[in-house]
Amino acid sequence: MSNRYSFGGDEHLFVECDESMSLEAFFKSLSMTSAIRDSRIRGVTEICPANASFQIKFDPDVIKPDDILAEIQAIEKATTKAEPVINTRVVEIPVFYEDPWTHETLMRFRERHQDPQATDLEYAARINNLGGVGDFISAHSGAPWFVSMVGFVAGLPFMYQMVDRPRQLQVPKYLRPRTDTPKLTVGHGGCFSCIYSVRGAGGYQMFGITPMPIFDPEQKTSYLRDFMVFFRPGDIVKFRPIGRDEHDGIEGDVEAGRFVPIMRDVTFDLREFRKDIDGYNAKLEGEVHGG
Amino acid sequence: MVVSVINPGLATTVQDLGRPGYFHLGIPVGGALDRMALRAANLLVGNDEGAACLEAVFMGPELEFRDDATIAVTGAEMPIRIDGVEQPSWTALKVRAGGRLSFGFLKKGARIYVAIAGGIDVPEALGSRSTYVIGALGGFKGRAIAKGDELPVGQPGLTKEGRTLPEGLRRPSAAPAELRVLPGLYAHRLQEESLAGFFEDQWKVASEADRMGYRFKGGRPLRFVDREPPFGAGSDPSNIVDSCYPYGSIQVPSGSEPIILHRDAVSGGGYFMLGTVISADMDLIGQMQPNTPTTFVKVDMAEALRARADRAELLNRMREALA
Repeated sequence: MSNRYSFGGDEHLFVECDESMSLEAFFKSLSMTSAIRDSRIRGVTEICPANASFQIKFDPDVIKPDDILAEIQAIEKATTKAEPVINTRVVEIPVFYEDPWTHETLMRFRERHQDPQATDLEYAARINNLGGVGDFISAHSGAPWFVSMVGFVAGLPFMYQMVDRPRQLQVPKYLRPRTDTPKLTVGHGGCFSCIYSVRGAGGYQMFGITPMPIFDPEQKTSYLRDFMVFFRPGDIVKFRPIGRDEHDGIEGDVEAGRFVPIMRDVTFDLREFRKDIDGYNAKLEGEVHGG
Repeated sequence: MVVSVINPGLATTVQDLGRPGYFHLGIPVGGALDRMALRAANLLVGNDEGAACLEAVFMGPELEFRDDATIAVTGAEMPIRIDGVEQPSWTALKVRAGGRLSFGFLKKGARIYVAIAGGIDVPEALGSRSTYVIGALGGFKGRAIAKGDELPVGQPGLTKEGRTLPEGLRRPSAAPAELRVLPGLYAHRLQEESLAGFFEDQWKVASEADRMGYRFKGGRPLRFVDREPPFGAGSDPSNIVDSCYPYGSIQVPSGSEPIILHRDAVSGGGYFMLGTVISADMDLIGQMQPNTPTTFVKVDMAEALRARADRAELLNRMREALA
């Protein structure tokens, strides 16, 4: 597939790798944006990867729009030939599924939902033809997710599950967006999961909550002192279901500055992944636990 | 020096020229919506042109100055009073220790910029003092100013009261407004006549218009080209696989009400965009009131770059006039 290029006004070059979401499209966006970062083109001011596309902000007083286009197209040619390998990290995110806080919120906004008689998880399990909430949680936490985009609001990760298309969990957004979502809610819309970095409006289905802060503008959280945003595009996330006691324990540890997120640096190879998806994912999970 | 907030106005925030470099993490550039007005206000009081000012929308704040100060107010037309006496805008003004700055009702435009010699000296967050309210980041405690706040002000440089910016160098806010747009991005999702209609119709600024984006009403609903929804995009014809949003891009959820994203933009989402307001016209949006009749004017890249050069030229003349 070849990229589609379009200018967003006189300061942005918008690049669509594919109009459909796929790991290949995301991978192309990620490897091209990292090649563009390495090439240090004068006049490029921001490089923003997204799910199946990306955006370059440039200063047209430094580089002409036609010249930036030519540079990026040359990089497209080069990366098509490059090996589909990235260095990234695997992070384990503890999730309290079916927690009381998102439950309270989803009950408040039931009239905006497709299925007011069911919870978001019950509905998601049913329309994905899974046996029940337990099976849905197993599918959601069973295979890792790529952070395919960080944004919408500060530090919010969009995640795409590292499974074949037939196994992708798909759930529509609420019929009308809610005016409230608890901070650190694990949500899902379309084929993407997300973690709400701040409290606020939202339209994604709500499945649970993580006790682990991912955005801290005051930088008081021990692991966010160097930088206030936790996630980066390309991170691999593994959700681990936890119960109320462990949730409260982690919350206390975060408060006391004792909590350390579990993460490991890894090299991801798309070809190896494609050969044996489940085996590759199991290996990634092994790495998280120091395997 | 400290300035006390007697009355904050409607939504008054500390803003400078923003924090570029973090949009890939969802943190927008932010900063003054009307950059030209902020630069002018700063130059009038002898500040660096990117120093932090107060941006007030629709309604001015009331401030009390603990020490002597030099200030300037630019942007929207709103009567300016120091200790009750009306003062000129776009002019360096003296406020005595204990003096009060207040404002009358808005006449034209939407946002005023209050520069104080020395600049508002809140701590920088990611290289900027701009307030990003959604992220509780920057500005005064990450929020709009409130009654009783004490705003720190830096050390003033050389100031000269009475200095004023000639009228020809101010950018007046026009109603009806014209905004120049470079079509593109996902414009191909629209039927050709429908895209043409977008540029023919007169729109009006809706009440949902803030630092994040401006919504418009009144034009014909847009018609889409039929398609099979791409995997991951969603079923509405206006949906796309969530992508980045350029500053100034125009999205039209469900084809009904266009939204122009401004400097506190969400960094991405799942709605198609038909084009982008050119950089030279971004400042104008920040001075538009609800109900302002607006037409969108289609331009090509050459015209966008010429407009950009014209704006840079105006900025240079402003700098020379205030050097």
